[in-house]
Order: sequence, then structure tokens, then C-alpha cells
Amino acid sequence: MMDNRQISPGPKAGYTVKRSLGTGRLEPILFTSFNTLFMVCLVVVTLYPFINTIAVSFNEGNDTIRGGIYLWPREWTFQNYRAIFATGTIFDAFLVSVARTVISTILNIFLTTMLAYTLSRREYVFRQPITVIFVLTMYFSAGLIPNYFLIKDLHLLNSFWVYIFPSMISAFNMIVIRTYIGTIPESLLESAKIDGAGDFRIFMRVVFPLCKPVLATIALFVAVGAWNSWFDAFIYTSSRQNLSTLQYELMKLLSSTMNSNGNPTVQNGVGMDQNSARAMVTPLSIRAAITVVASVPILLVYPFMQKYFVVGLNVGSVKE
Amino acid sequence: MDETLEIDTVVRHPKKNRKKKKKPITWRLIKNQNQLIWMSVPLMLYIILFAYVPVWGWTMAFQNYKPAKSFGEQEWVGLKQFRFLFTDDNFIRVLRNTLAMGLINLILGFVTAIVLALLLNEIKKVFWKRTVQTISYLPHFLSWIIVTGIVATSLSINDGIVNIVLMKLHLIKEPILWLSEGKYFWGIVGASHVWKEVGWNTIIYLAAIASIDPALYEAAEIDGANRYKKMMFVTLPGIKATIVILMIMSIGHVLEAGFEVQYLLGNGLVVDWAETIDIFVLKYGLAQGNYSLATAGGIFKTVVSVTLLLMANGISKRLGEERLL
Repeated sequence: MMDNRQISPGPKAGYTVKRSLGTGRLEPILFTSFNTLFMVCLVVVTLYPFINTIAVSFNEGNDTIRGGIYLWPREWTFQNYRAIFATGTIFDAFLVSVARTVISTILNIFLTTMLAYTLSRREYVFRQPITVIFVLTMYFSAGLIPNYFLIKDLHLLNSFWVYIFPSMISAFNMIVIRTYIGTIPESLLESAKIDGAGDFRIFMRVVFPLCKPVLATIALFVAVGAWNSWFDAFIYTSSRQNLSTLQYELMKLLSSTMNSNGNPTVQNGVGMDQNSARAMVTPLSIRAAITVVASVPILLVYPFMQKYFVVGLNVGSVKE
Repeated sequence: MDETLEIDTVVRHPKKNRKKKKKPITWRLIKNQNQLIWMSVPLMLYIILFAYVPVWGWTMAFQNYKPAKSFGEQEWVGLKQFRFLFTDDNFIRVLRNTLAMGLINLILGFVTAIVLALLLNEIKKVFWKRTVQTISYLPHFLSWIIVTGIVATSLSINDGIVNIVLMKLHLIKEPILWLSEGKYFWGIVGASHVWKEVGWNTIIYLAAIASIDPALYEAAEIDGANRYKKMMFVTLPGIKATIVILMIMSIGHVLEAGFEVQYLLGNGLVVDWAETIDIFVLKYGLAQGNYSLATAGGIFKTVVSVTLLLMANGISKRLGEERLL
């Protein structure tokens, strides 16, 4: 690539020359302004709901009902946040969500990588059948009712472990990691073997540390998935309040604050529970506050994720 | 990014693997590999337990299942449940909704992502391109609970931003009750999907666009192609393979039009337009205890999905395009 650039003017130079002489002067300006306008709209449409939610969450409840809160709170208050953490329900749900996210991510990453390592060994006798068994799971699912009965028969109903056990390994992630392990030089593993390391030791000491970049990406996806899921709490543990997760609490609140027309209700003073149901707190503002609490962890890890999923784009741009 | 990786591994000629010679499995080999076996066989048993054993539950669809009875005592009814499904107006409606929303999501999802990728590609300043991308990915990481909350708030008649903007633009005279009319529901679901996923879906297309040989653009320019001609005849053909692969993968998921959005946004007034197969299964199965009928609905969905996937794969093979399996 570099040689090419020195001999002839690169493709970039070609572009600029052509464009200024090209199909008339007006067209590129029109296109660029249309494109810019479009991107600005996209950014506004994407960001506005967040900013609005944050503004509502910091605004005084009854004042919000009067309408007109757009980008900034009119009557500043922390009352909404105080109310959701005062009852303990939301705080417990927050802890359950954190626990399930951390435990599932660690277990998922460790087990999936271990499996991927064994299935990357060409000499392994059961490589083919085990790979097929896992890959097939990407294409079918037994369905809701049979799975429910399985969970019931395993006595996992109303247990914390129902959040962890059913989703410990993903075939899709296994394939991604296996592909990555394939790029590790064989000689490295060979030399560990000559030094007398068994397969488990090679996996723990050599492969696992070398997979860090791909594991970071996958860990983040697994964590986001675990943090965001609510359906398991809804069908498997709904009768145990102390196992409720943050997303499920938000879901309950969402459905209780929608009237039969599907519009948020605006009556006064229905708080999280009777104690905190002072006139200042309304379902709408409580909902906004919980939404913010539920999305903060994601917004916190977002900059780190960014680094990994933009890599693909950078790899492509090296070519130019 | 991980999707690209997967495509690389899955798109492989199936015949290549068959030709490999198999070593006979001997005790000695197994003894030598005992660590590998300990590391993987328990996980295999785990996945068999959680993914394959429940398939046994499909027998419920051919029975008149009563939870109190043991397996031997169940009454077998053959295809009665399936016959009931296909004569039930409720199920036909649910099937229509699922298909309609699945197709809307599929087409809208593809078109918007490709168009956005093409437009993003035209931004020359790397910094702005990055910024727009970063912002557009954001909703992908939020749960549907949060997204449907945002959608409901934005569409509300009390102070909902959509109604306010439309009124200000004088497009409507009075606020519309978006979520209480069936005719809007499919569109709202489609738009919510686009809002949440469009940015994320462009990643793979942008990666594909970036890997197109710049010489092709140069050649096209020398031949006098303008911006649009280059998009049509260089960029789009360049990402055709990616589009086809993603198409095949999504066609298998048409019946998975969703559960979460419809369940969370739906309400009594739009139930005729909002209920999907998954909601049907949940309602009949867990809420009403009609396990047999619900399982039959679930089986129907799985079978159709796998069939669609194989069909799309076959058609694509016939046309000489990429394929998944």
C-alpha cells in the first residue's frame, strides 16, 4: 500500500481533483448539506428522548404533569431519586441485577472459552460431535412451555440460579472465540506442551490470557444482555419479590402507569408504596428516575465498548 | 464485528470437512486426551440438558396434557391441537400479525441500515463520522423495557414530543392517540425497531464498504461516474454478499417478530393488531394452563423458522450467491 502511494497519487488525491471538476459545483454542496441535515436529525432523534428522560427525572413530579419539560428541568429536585431508593425495593432489585450480571458474565466467559479451546484442538476425538451439538442449538429452541417445565423439574423456579444456569454458554460466542483461538500460533501451545503442561494448564496459562481482546468484547455483550433481561424474572421468579431485577421493576411500573389507552397516566401521588407516596412524586417522574438508574451502568461501560466495536471499521480503513 | 467473524467461519464448503480421514477412537487416545474430555463433556451434557431435553416436551402438543397425570396416563389426541390452531380465528390473526410485523421489521431494517451506511460513508471528516456513529449505536444497548417506555412517552397525547412536533408543523390539528389505534401499531413497532437498531446494523455494512478496493472507485470516476452512479454500481455490488448473508440469517427469524415490544406496547385497544405467536403461547400456556395448545403453537413457529432458513439458503445457493450452511 505504502509503495503504491509513493509511485502514483493515491486514490484520495484522485477523488478531490475529480470532484471539484466533476458534475457541476452545486451538486456536491447540495448533497453535503442534505447529508449533514439528515445526520443532525438522526442525532437529535436519538438523543432527545434520553435528555428528556433525564430532565423529567430531576424535575418536581407535579410540575412535570403541567407539561413543557423538554431539555432541562424546571423545578430541580432529587425527590424522585430519594423516593425510589427510600423503599428498598428498587435498591434490592438493583443489587440482584448487579449480582446476576457479574456472576453470569464471569461464568459465561470462563466456560465458553474453555469449551472453545477444546473444540479448537484438531486432535480432539470428540471435536466434531460436540461442535455439531452446540451449533445446532443456534437454530432451534424447544419453546417457552417445555423450557418452563424443565426449570420447574430442576427446582429452579423462584431461585436466584434461574438467572444464571440456563444461559451459561452461547454457541455463537463459542464460535467467535474458537475462531480467535485459531489465530494463536500453534508453536506457542506446542512449546507449553513440551514443557509438560496439560491441556487445562495450557488453557489457563496460555490461551485464556491471549484471548483477552476478544473476551473483553464478548464479556461486555454478555453483561449488557444479563443486565437488560427481564423475561426470566417475569416468568420464573415473579412470586419472589426479593429476586426481582431492576428491569422487571421498571416493566411493572411501566405497565401500571399506562392506562388502557396505552398512554401514561397522570394522576397524582401514586408513588412506589404508601409511605413515600407524597404529593411530590408521580409515577411519571418515578419512571424517569428508574429508567436513568437502569441505563447508567450501560452508559458507563459504553466508552469502553466503543473501543472494541470500532476496531472492525479501522481495519477496513487501513486499506485506503 | 463479531458477526463478521461468524460469517467467516460458518460460510465454508461443507464438502471440505467430509473428506478428512477419521482416526479410530482408541482407549489410549481417550486416556491421552482426558483433560480435554473433562473440560468439554460436562458442558456438552449441560447443553443437552438445557437445549435438547426440553424438546421432549413437544409430546405435549400431541396430548391433552394435564399436569396432574404422569406421562403414561396422558391422553393422546394426535394432531387435534394443530387442527384446532389452524381453524381458530385467534391464531390466524396472531399469525397474520407475526408475519406482518416480521416482514415490516425485516424490510425496514435492511433498507434503513443500508441507506444510513451509504450516507455515513459519504461523510469525509472522520471525527464527525465517528461521533454520529457512536450516538447512533447507543439505543442498541438499552433494554426493550426502556425503549418502549421512551416510545410510549414520546407518543403520549399529554405532552408527547411526536404530537407536539406534528402540531407545530401543522400536519395534524389535534393530538393523535397513537397507541390506541390498531392501524398505527405495526408502523410504531417497525419504527421502534429502526430507532433502536439502525445504527448498530450499519456496522457490518460499513466494514464491508471499507473493504471495497478503492481502485474500483477510481476506475468508475475515470469512466465519468458521479456520486450516485458510484453508489449504485460500485458500493452496492461490493456489499451484496454481506446483504445476502444477513438476509438469509434474518429470514429464519421472520416469525420471531417479537415478543417484548408487542407485549410491552400492546394494550386492550390494539390487541387484534399486537398479539404475536409468542404472546399467544404465553397467554394460552402459562396464563390459562392450556399447555398442549401453547406448545403446538411454539412447535409451529420453530418448524416454520427452520424451514424458512433452509429455503432461503437453498434459493441463494441456486442463484450462485453466498450461503450460510
